[in-house]
Amino acid sequence: MNYSTLEIWGLIIAMGIGTFLIRFSFLGLIGARKLPDWVLRHLRYTPVAVLPGLVAPLVLWPAGSGGAPDPARMAAAAATLLVGLATKSTIAAILAGAITLYGAQYLLG
Amino acid sequence: MTLSRKSNFWRGLRDGMPFVIVIVPFAVLFGVAGTEAGLSIAQVMGFTIVVVAGAAQFTALQLMTEDAATIIVLATALVVNLRMAMYSAALAPHLGAAPFWQRAVLAYFNVDQTYTLSQIEFDRAPDQPLGAKIAYFMGVAAPLCPLWYLFTYVGAVAGSAIPPEFALDFAVPITFLALIAPALKTLAHVLAALTSIVVALALVWLPSGLGLIIAAAAAMIVGAQTELWLERRRA
Repeated sequence: MNYSTLEIWGLIIAMGIGTFLIRFSFLGLIGARKLPDWVLRHLRYTPVAVLPGLVAPLVLWPAGSGGAPDPARMAAAAATLLVGLATKSTIAAILAGAITLYGAQYLLG
Repeated sequence: MTLSRKSNFWRGLRDGMPFVIVIVPFAVLFGVAGTEAGLSIAQVMGFTIVVVAGAAQFTALQLMTEDAATIIVLATALVVNLRMAMYSAALAPHLGAAPFWQRAVLAYFNVDQTYTLSQIEFDRAPDQPLGAKIAYFMGVAAPLCPLWYLFTYVGAVAGSAIPPEFALDFAVPITFLALIAPALKTLAHVLAALTSIVVALALVWLPSGLGLIIAAAAAMIVGAQTELWLERRRA
């Protein structure tokens, strides 16, 4: 990480203001104005549109193994995804990923 | 009136309790990941208290470890939070009559958990007085937000003491995958996620984070179009 203290605090404050304005948007405008359907339809997909693209390179080329594909980390990623899909539980998925990661690292040396 | 406010506050608090087991480890993880990435404890706490949005905080942190331009870190994190405009719009008919300062406080606490539970509660009983609705909403927030701050701090303090063998670099990807999997509710969500992955990998040569923003825009369009297509087929 290579940012000045000022840049980091600037980022924190800008993210805070931006996030607050998003949260305040419609509550802030008096009355119950409705968002157009096409906007709602796109907003519904924001988390699944950003996070998978962020995580894919991290799984394929993890920083912790110097950017080389790593079987233990791949197995952990697969276990997290499968348990998350099966249980719909974020915590169960994190636990499955952590156990698989440490288990695979132990077995593979 | 006061009675219904008081009981609504406690009911919100009780309904929010199951989220404690999600929030506590997630907060610890952000604290650990933040200090591991090189933020000071004050900066980690700054994110947690000023932004109060786990997924966006992890997103910013990841892009910062890749030394992305600050404007790209900001834009990507805010895109992750755009869903909250939808929460704001859904809550406005129920809470929009509150005074300005109260709406500002409600907006600060307008997070996934308070929105989700309040929406269920207001759909169930839409005619309760404004004060009772606000009491329920704040009841949900009351334990969750302070625990989010407190356990981020615990993680930030503990983080610097954890050795590299624990492969904490992978805590962030695992957390993201664990957030994504339960969100893959429909074919439209699945196709949006796949689009995001394919486009992000194809554009990985662009400056850090830029490909991700393009991938996110493409994925949102694919999700929305798939939803439309499914609706038309059902009709």
